[in-house]
Amino acid sequence: MKQRVKLFQTGEHWCCVRGQRAVVIGGQRFSARDIQMLSPGRTLSSRLLRPISRLHLRLGSDGRAASSLPKELIKRHELEIDELRPLYMDFQATTPMDPRVLDAMLPYQVNYYGNPHSKTHAFGWESESAMETARRQVADLIGADPREIIFTSGATESNNMAIKGVARFYKTKKRHVITTQTEHKCVLDSCRILASEGFSITYLPVQANGIVDLELLEASIRPDTSLLSVMTINNEIGVKQPMKEIGQICRSKGVFLHTDAAQAVGKIPINVTDMKVDLMSISGHKIYGPKGVGALYVRRRPRVRLEPLQSGGGQERGLRSGTVPTPLAVGLGAACSIAQQEMEYDHQRVSMLANRLVQKITSELPDVIMNGDAEQRYAGCVNLSFAYVEGESLLMALKDVALSSGSACTSASLEPSYVLRAIGTDEDLAHSSIRFGIGRFTTEAEVDYTAEKCITQVSRLREMSPLWEMVQEGIDLKSIKWTQH
Amino acid sequence: MAAAVRSQVISLYRMMLTESKKFPSYNYRTYALRRVRDAFRANGALEDPRAVERLVVEGQQTLALIKRQVIPAVVSD
Repeated sequence: MKQRVKLFQTGEHWCCVRGQRAVVIGGQRFSARDIQMLSPGRTLSSRLLRPISRLHLRLGSDGRAASSLPKELIKRHELEIDELRPLYMDFQATTPMDPRVLDAMLPYQVNYYGNPHSKTHAFGWESESAMETARRQVADLIGADPREIIFTSGATESNNMAIKGVARFYKTKKRHVITTQTEHKCVLDSCRILASEGFSITYLPVQANGIVDLELLEASIRPDTSLLSVMTINNEIGVKQPMKEIGQICRSKGVFLHTDAAQAVGKIPINVTDMKVDLMSISGHKIYGPKGVGALYVRRRPRVRLEPLQSGGGQERGLRSGTVPTPLAVGLGAACSIAQQEMEYDHQRVSMLANRLVQKITSELPDVIMNGDAEQRYAGCVNLSFAYVEGESLLMALKDVALSSGSACTSASLEPSYVLRAIGTDEDLAHSSIRFGIGRFTTEAEVDYTAEKCITQVSRLREMSPLWEMVQEGIDLKSIKWTQH
Repeated sequence: MAAAVRSQVISLYRMMLTESKKFPSYNYRTYALRRVRDAFRANGALEDPRAVERLVVEGQQTLALIKRQVIPAVVSD
């Protein structure tokens, strides 16, 4: 039985003969040995072809399929029965929900399930009052008015709304947007879309310590600049930008300031009036809240106008239509209020643990570089580069600690992170960087274990490395002329 | 602090620690134990009876929360 099935992600159609150990592709017959499943289990066709076990395909001239699929050195696999789950040290990717947040959310998932926009019955009224309480809790954390908070589906949607919305609203008179090279992918991608719509975008470079140069920033503001977007705390290297100074510059030049504060909210004290920020993105799942909810702060005085991205019934001041998910909003509110109470305690603990980790590692291992400024940073995000060691192999060696090399959105590709490239890290150091995330629930035992494991594995990998041998003998690697064969 | 209030606070502390030990997740369990201990230690020198009473009420609410949250944690493990 012949069936046309879509084999690979290149989208080409192939004929497959079910049950027989051969495939007819483009009129040509390949034997069982010629076909290789590049992404087993991922496509419908691979399930059909599974009885055909050992098939090898040589993609001759058309090498597209090989390069378009990311090669995963650390293979995704289900945990064995006895295999323990790894320690969680990736708090910048996401955070576990605080039990107090779940406790606040449960009634609204189970019993109080009304739509907050229903005005005619008790289900709607109680849901609405919970939503407004949550709004006030979020506003209190950042020093805003509750009417200035819009609930969204996350920081990515907030960033999209802020950047595209403001730029498009003022597009008749102002066609310039400024951002930095170390922003989150959603900000950079929104700017790319704006560029294709005819806006001109400036991507400011950052200094070697990750902090943006204020004079360069001020010089790049033109009379037709509508928006400047700088993230408060970077998710990969943890540097904290000088938001007060940037806010001062923007206010004096009449430019709106947007900041992606997803990693900063609830961890450092934030006040939108002090920072002179006009738009701020907040993410629920970075502050021990639920996933799938975030907020956008939109200043009312002086008023910031936005073109809404999502049209509909006019909820959330007309800026973001759609039913507000009450349980998620309540969860975000609870997470914000807990963060406000626990900020001091958490800050002390996270700083202590981060220092402990860095001290332990750097005292035992030479040639470890911390990426990003040492002072202007959030302590809980530690990005270390281990020279003469490859990052993926170190992650594989540290497989019982959940770590990341670079951000979750970029870790699929083999390219080194663009943030590390923007701060001027060497190619080889960028490849060998690991991000340690420390949060509210991290214990001393976990930090000690991670540090020890890291020291052992880095030493082991360095023993095996010929580059390390050469360095030990005193050869300067940069002076070597590598010959091509 | 009056003896009755003192023994109430101590029994509240002990109950919170006992309930916190029931979290199946290592991170939640250690956090709850540590946080309860640090909170009681930080407020140990308080003398004002109204503030103490307010904190005791808050502690009882937190105890109820821990009891409630251990159940979904155990069930979903």
